[in-house]
Amino acid sequence: MMFPIKVAYRFLRSSLGQTILIVLGISVGVSVQVFIGSLIGGLQQSLVDTTIGNSSQITVQSESYISDYDSIRDTVLDIDGIDVASYALDANGTVIVNSETSPIFLRGLELDYAEDIYEIKDRIIDGKMPSNNEVIIGKDLYEQLDLNIGDTITLSIPLTGDTDVVVSGVYDFNVSQLNTLWVISNLETAQAVLNTGDVVSKVEMQINDVFAASDPAKKVTTQVSTDYEVTNWIDQNQELLTGLQAQGSSSLMIQVFVTISVVLGITSVLAITVIQKSKQIGILKAMGVTDGTASLIFLVQGVILGILGAIGGVLLGLLLTFMFSTFALDPDGNPVVPLLIDNQFIALSGLVAILSASVASIIPAIRSSKLSVIEVIKNG
Amino acid sequence: MDNIISLKNIDKIYGETVKTQVLFDVSLDFEKESFNSIIGQSGSGKSTLLNIVGTLDKPSGGDVVINGISINDMNKKQLANLRGKTLGFIFQFHYLLPEFTAIENVLMPIRVNKQKVTKEVLDRANELMDFVGLKDVKNNLANNMSGGQQQRVAIARALMNNPEIILADEPTGNLDSDTTETVYELLREINKTYKTTFIVITHDRRIAEKADRIIEIKDGKINLDIKK
Repeated sequence: MMFPIKVAYRFLRSSLGQTILIVLGISVGVSVQVFIGSLIGGLQQSLVDTTIGNSSQITVQSESYISDYDSIRDTVLDIDGIDVASYALDANGTVIVNSETSPIFLRGLELDYAEDIYEIKDRIIDGKMPSNNEVIIGKDLYEQLDLNIGDTITLSIPLTGDTDVVVSGVYDFNVSQLNTLWVISNLETAQAVLNTGDVVSKVEMQINDVFAASDPAKKVTTQVSTDYEVTNWIDQNQELLTGLQAQGSSSLMIQVFVTISVVLGITSVLAITVIQKSKQIGILKAMGVTDGTASLIFLVQGVILGILGAIGGVLLGLLLTFMFSTFALDPDGNPVVPLLIDNQFIALSGLVAILSASVASIIPAIRSSKLSVIEVIKNG
Repeated sequence: MDNIISLKNIDKIYGETVKTQVLFDVSLDFEKESFNSIIGQSGSGKSTLLNIVGTLDKPSGGDVVINGISINDMNKKQLANLRGKTLGFIFQFHYLLPEFTAIENVLMPIRVNKQKVTKEVLDRANELMDFVGLKDVKNNLANNMSGGQQQRVAIARALMNNPEIILADEPTGNLDSDTTETVYELLREINKTYKTTFIVITHDRRIAEKADRIIEIKDGKINLDIKK
């Protein structure tokens, strides 16, 4: 095995300019893959995160209230693909502070379970989590009503009446609509405000693969009472899903075509090399090199080019990615698109480069194997 | 002396649609340790004959027996092995590998045969470089040497595996007359020192006359066969 490697290395080194050019070609291809992959991956992740990451992906709800919520939670958690389940008692209402009013959406959450969906603890920017008879409110509402932590506010719910609660904290969900509208309490507080007894209005779930919401949603439908309605985010956000999928497949297409052009580039350069080196191949065969070894010399060249190109490409791709996330910033100083550095994807891009370089060297390798000594000697 | 190579009724026809017969029923025996020259005009078929002896080309009819084994019974791999171990080639165009240095070119047959370059092997390579008078340029890349030097490297390379037979096709064809003389003296010396059988094609009658045997090929047939 050492012999073909040695000859391949010398062949590549003797035409250094040509070798550098082809390695550069592969590197640019791989770097485009790494960069586009990180960009599209990051874009998808951030879209998914901001749109559905902190919300219920499958929801069980009813026109009236749900009292067997604990058993529903146990049931759905047994379903494959469902990671997290929580429940909530929600109601529309109004908040009244010193005769100033604002519409609100009261969310009574089982805070321990809901943490897995909403990550509320991380979002509190002032104060603490609500206990009984306390609520936390969004940053925007907090500023709008000019409140302080510990202030008492009045929640007015139609048909139920007014209840005074204490503001224990302020959260920021980074979504202005939520920050203005949601008033979050624990479940008991909401049950007391609404005077409903031990019930909830919905059971909320998150799944491990957000793009495969339909299957678990169907299973939930079959396992809970037919009185309840089951919805999933895909049904409600079909356009978003289509957009994400189109983005994913366009990124795949770009990568496929980049790979094809890399393969074609290597094949043509190596095919020319076989002609350039036909004298050498001929003399090696006259000295007893077998056809197999003669073809191995070119396969090894392909692999060496692939490895060098992959290393160069990954470095170049990471540099591009780094530059993009450092210099392409929005007015707040955050990257325009948060990039996703996925080590597995980068390793895969490198591997694809090495594989395609090896595949690309098959035709030149066959040509080298078929080269006849006598032709070379005759043609001088 | 025993025969090391026997050609039996060799025919060679080129072309599929337009057939051109180059060799007609050629039968020849070469003795071990002999120094043979083949002469003939361009297109007479002498190079074809040599290439067939060297298993680089296949006869259209007849058989070549080397060391008692018919090449018709060998597959491609066995032929490659035979070329690597029993035969050494010297061509008119030296065909060194320009990517390697002179000494690396000389060591090439060892690597081709997947043998290790031991100290003994390296010593032999150096001894051969010395023998062909190129000790000082052994680390030069092939392209950085004169034509005569390159041809002498090719000779050292042909000797590296101690082949029993050396086939040389116009080994001095592109060398000046002084260098030609040196190279032939070298070949004769190798013949004497290492008991190597030589078959040398040349168009230079003066050179041919120094051989033990002169064979003239004319129009694909043996025209003359003189043993001294």
